[in-house]
Amino acid sequence: MSEDIKKFMYVNRRAPYGTIYAWEALEVVLIGAAFDQDVSLAFLDDGVFQLMKGEDTGDVEMKNFSPTYSALGDYDVTKLYVEKESLEERGLTVEDLMPLKYEDEDDDWAEKDSIRLVSRKEMAELMDEQDVLFSF
Amino acid sequence: MSILHTVNKSPFEKMSLDSCIDHVKGESAVLLYEDGVYAALKGTGAAEKLASVMETTKVYMLGPDVKARGLAADKLLEGVEVVDYAGFVDLAAEYDKVLAWV
Repeated sequence: MSEDIKKFMYVNRRAPYGTIYAWEALEVVLIGAAFDQDVSLAFLDDGVFQLMKGEDTGDVEMKNFSPTYSALGDYDVTKLYVEKESLEERGLTVEDLMPLKYEDEDDDWAEKDSIRLVSRKEMAELMDEQDVLFSF
Repeated sequence: MSILHTVNKSPFEKMSLDSCIDHVKGESAVLLYEDGVYAALKGTGAAEKLASVMETTKVYMLGPDVKARGLAADKLLEGVEVVDYAGFVDLAAEYDKVLAWV
């Protein structure tokens, strides 16, 4: 029933690998995906580092979990909001991030970008319209 | 006496790098590792501060941590010397003391 669907946003503000937050967020997102809610992920502050392309953890002997972000589309997690100002403050652009895609079942499975670049102001509005916010 | 200053926190989240830089003297060195390596990202305030420290002080970063975070060479400040784990140990032995800005 559509009135039971809530808007869930997972707010990611930490860099990967230095702490466990990013990995834990992914775990919770994947578990939550089973509940058919309207899910989105927000990446701001150091959270934008989670989506960097070319991560290679071989030499630090940790699991490289960055490929997991490209699997999110298969779990109907297709809205990854990335804050533009956070990227800029870190000398980055969206070109430095993984080109994450999903297939839109409502549009003949057309391949679309999961990453949606938003301004800080837009991010605040998105947060405002959620039913539930999860902080990582 | 010489000090090897180590920084392992993101300069965008904590003040560790700033505090470290404010206490570094010429004969000492700075080693960035774990999330500390983000300080070397070109075009940021952190990299600017590092660049000014590098006029008098040697700055190193741990290669495996740079690679893990997907930081390509062209995104990083020139002149920061990359070391591996063995190099980290050598530095710790070479300087009189280690001060970790955790």
